[in-house]
Amino acid sequence: MADPLLRVDNLVRRFGGILATDNLSLEVPRGELHAIIGPNGAGKTTLISQLTGQLMPNSGTIHFAGRDVTRLPSYRRSRLGLARSFQITSLLKDFSAIDNVALAAQAHDGHSFRFWGNARKEKHLRDTARAALERVGLGSRADVLVSELSHGEQRELELAVALATKPQLLLLDEPMAGLGVTESARMVTLLKELRKEFTIVLVEHDMEAVFALADRITVLVYGRVIACDTPDAIRRHEEVKRAYLGEQHAVTRQGGPIG
Amino acid sequence: MFLLIEQLLNGLQFGLLLFLLAAGLTLVFGIMDFVNLAHGSLYMMGAYFAATFVGWTGSFVLGAVLALAATLLLGIALEFVALRHLYGRDHLDQVLATFGLILFFNDMVRLIWGPAGLALPLPTWLTTPVQLLPGVYYPAYRLSIIIVALLVAAMLYLVVMRTRIGMLIRAGASNREMAGALGINIKLLFTLVFGLGAALAGLAGLMQAPILTVQIGMGENILILAFVIIVIGGIGSIRGAFLAAIFVGIIDTLGRAFLPDLLRTVLSGAAASTAAPALSSMLIYLLMAIVLVLRPEGLFPAAKR
Amino acid sequence: MKSKLNASNAVVAVVCAALVLLPVYSAVTGNIFILTLFTRIIIFALAASSLNLMMGYGGMMSFGHAAYLGIGGYAVGILAAEGIGSGFIQWPVALAVSALFALVIGALSLRTRGVYFIMITLAFAQMAYYVASALSRYGGDDGLTIYKRSTFDGLINLSDRTQFYYLCLACLFGGVYLIWRIVNSRFGLVVQGVRSNEQRMQAIGFPAYRYRLTCFVIAGTICGLAGALLANNTDFVSPAVMYWTRSGDLMVMVILGGMGSLFGPLIGAIVYLVLEELLSQFTEYWALIMGPLLLLIVLFARGGIMGLLGRVRRG
Repeated sequence: MADPLLRVDNLVRRFGGILATDNLSLEVPRGELHAIIGPNGAGKTTLISQLTGQLMPNSGTIHFAGRDVTRLPSYRRSRLGLARSFQITSLLKDFSAIDNVALAAQAHDGHSFRFWGNARKEKHLRDTARAALERVGLGSRADVLVSELSHGEQRELELAVALATKPQLLLLDEPMAGLGVTESARMVTLLKELRKEFTIVLVEHDMEAVFALADRITVLVYGRVIACDTPDAIRRHEEVKRAYLGEQHAVTRQGGPIG
Repeated sequence: MFLLIEQLLNGLQFGLLLFLLAAGLTLVFGIMDFVNLAHGSLYMMGAYFAATFVGWTGSFVLGAVLALAATLLLGIALEFVALRHLYGRDHLDQVLATFGLILFFNDMVRLIWGPAGLALPLPTWLTTPVQLLPGVYYPAYRLSIIIVALLVAAMLYLVVMRTRIGMLIRAGASNREMAGALGINIKLLFTLVFGLGAALAGLAGLMQAPILTVQIGMGENILILAFVIIVIGGIGSIRGAFLAAIFVGIIDTLGRAFLPDLLRTVLSGAAASTAAPALSSMLIYLLMAIVLVLRPEGLFPAAKR
Repeated sequence: MKSKLNASNAVVAVVCAALVLLPVYSAVTGNIFILTLFTRIIIFALAASSLNLMMGYGGMMSFGHAAYLGIGGYAVGILAAEGIGSGFIQWPVALAVSALFALVIGALSLRTRGVYFIMITLAFAQMAYYVASALSRYGGDDGLTIYKRSTFDGLINLSDRTQFYYLCLACLFGGVYLIWRIVNSRFGLVVQGVRSNEQRMQAIGFPAYRYRLTCFVIAGTICGLAGALLANNTDFVSPAVMYWTRSGDLMVMVILGGMGSLFGPLIGAIVYLVLEELLSQFTEYWALIMGPLLLLIVLFARGGIMGLLGRVRRG
């Protein structure tokens, strides 16, 4: 039995008196697309931030690729192959699309204490970046400033940046937030492609997308895992229906939730 | 022992004075998110106004009241003409613009009052020492500074914590949009707060005037001290400013008074007399650096916006 | 850095050419004053350029940058006072001490953010100021006169006005070229990325702190060179060069010229110091005009002079 790529044991994170992550355990084997769902305030983004190291847990451990990464800063985890996309688009706004991606590639190509050569002329960085942009369908927008890209394009660029870090695991925090119908459909197609290659943890409100894509689904409520199973089993799960799916599903269909 | 008590009181007096300056600065900073380097200029103007009005009226108290009113008006005018256009701008823009105002005020004063400093003589009833404890005398004027500043601090506390205006101020500090949505006239509120801060700075300036010479640039040194205080205390926190001000005042005063002797016990006489002034001047900055290294947001950070 | 012909590039080209030719003009007309004025301007432009590297590209708003002017200056002055006159020793020492100071205060200051960073850098500069004031062996408050400028084994004579001018100009152009290389290098992109979004840079695998600290040290070192030049120019160094208003002057030059633009600080230094000179000839109370002018620039000319010129191009 191979070790899972990501293993979380008894993770706890408090904010003041509130338990945002409540004794949470989770396993993601290689090759899986693992979705995490839950109502707003369930602690999904808090969990992602702990997985990537932006936030330190109060207790519990996180193992990635067989290694304890609980106390590693985020840049070290990124080097190990853990990549994230942000729920609220978090790009370098005054840089071009390709610069954003090339920087991600640069981060995983030796150190950057090089002061003289022109980094924008390093062919292999540019090639990697271009490939990642092509992959997400932004090949023709490479030289556009991020601030001039549409919201949908920025979401795609988020993915390209994550891809350029040569990740083993993609942590995607609501990649479809704020996307229109056609853009969402494009994103789903893209994720279907990517899942063949990468292990993915997907936090998403769009239930249709989640049930279409996920191998397994973890349901979070108030920082606790109340269920973790295949989509079919989750659909039938009584507690999930009661706590969450019943009303939330309907809400999602009508207008989309607020991040 | 008496010396220690006297120096402690001096430190308290200096600290309270610094608090008056820092309170205005931290209010403006915390509520309007505005870095006002020209705050020190208002302090200087308070001192110059006082020296002038006391000269005209011949009465210390009347002159002081007039000076206070003048600084208040000057502050409101300044806010109205220039500074309100800088809210919401980069801190850097604000630093640059108010740096320009410092230049302006310094030369303005030089033009009006001339380059030489002024003296502000005290009336005789304020110069006699008061017996605090048997054998412990303290200058009446310094004592009155302590009393006035404590009264102002208490009033400030009551206004901010207990009145409607204070509630608005705190609401404005913690959530500007919310306060706006509640129908509060933010512009007017800001002008008032700025005027209040200016008056406090002016009060500090005019009270300090009889102790030091009234001179150009007097606001700059003390401005930096006031900034040190609000940074140590946590930006936007009046309570933090109060505690930090007293702390800084006492440390600074005691440092200057006792550090030379203290150093002489470990160093040679020459080395000690070289090191002591530098060390006592540095003490405050050292303190701030240590606080910031250990607590990067100050000791009492105000609630996050 | 795209080499397009536009208003700002044209202005920069003209200014640089004028700076190169200035000694000729001075020799022909016998106007020595303009040469000394511009020597000073060039030195401050170098200091401001180093601040720009940190502030404009690195997003680190240091309010204590003048400290390095003093440190570089005192390194030269103290060594001269102790009988070591060789620039081959004085200048490397000036650079090394500046770098070391920057390393220590940068390591501590960079733990803070925003206004706290502005204040802590200010605090460290003030400490340096008071230390210098206490150096009674080296003039204390009154400052230290340097009786003999740095010598370079006859390679260059710093007491010759023209030679010294060209040395300063070479340092400025060299400094700006270095900054240009840095800005476009891997390192420079990382530093600018961190300015734009630190969390993102961490998430894609950059230890932001190390890069910022390195940038801090480079900027401090370049400014230390400006300090060594300044001390030689005035034959004097005093605590006053480290006072916080000096740091304010440097900031003004950077913002006035245009933060994050390569030649902005040079333009800013020229405008600020020439204006100061002109106004002070016209009236003793030059700051009465300069002060409100700064206010107006902030209110109406965002992006500084280079920003304005950039807008001219777009019409």
